[in-house]
Amino acid sequence: MTNDQIRDFIKQAIDENSVMLFMKGTPSEPRCGFSARTAAALNALNVKYAALDILPDPRIKQELAGLSGWPTSPQLFIDGKLIGGCDIVMEMYESGELAEVLGVEQPPDEETPDPPAAEAPESAPLGIENRLA
Amino acid sequence: MPTTDDLQDRIEQALPGASARVEDLTGGGDHFRAEVVSDRFAGLSRIEQHKLVYDVFGADVGGPIHALSIKTSTPEGMR
Repeated sequence: MTNDQIRDFIKQAIDENSVMLFMKGTPSEPRCGFSARTAAALNALNVKYAALDILPDPRIKQELAGLSGWPTSPQLFIDGKLIGGCDIVMEMYESGELAEVLGVEQPPDEETPDPPAAEAPESAPLGIENRLA
Repeated sequence: MPTTDDLQDRIEQALPGASARVEDLTGGGDHFRAEVVSDRFAGLSRIEQHKLVYDVFGADVGGPIHALSIKTSTPEGMR
């Protein structure tokens, strides 16, 4: 797979999935605490999202960073727009802003969701086929 | 290996007037948290604010600085 193909795949993933998370590992098996917390926030809001593991090929991370101008992972995109990484997503989750952007109800429990994301409700992660592997 | 003082200096030099508080999250010299207060952030979206801080370090973030957690604010919480 060429770098251009990887970049196109990333672009397509962002275009086709209104809530798109690039993370280390998967929502059920996150491989980094920041990715775990970000996925857990989405799970707590019970929204459907696509997630792509960036770890299988180091070029995924490079191309994603080149595309978004954001150097680290995770990265959350909503409606094609970069929302941010773990810090921003958690701040927005806690303020209720994330629920607002996603058009869902803030859960009554205001506490920070706990990773691991493996406890996600069944309807949560809509896994994206990882054609980059 | 970068130290918290290095990171603090680089942020404060790159963003004049900013004050930064940097913590080493793991003690390993590669996972940091920076709290940065600057009037430069006024009127910027959160993502633009964080990008300003990431830009200070360029390719070092993802390199020697494995992770940099950021919290930005403007003086006296003005936004």
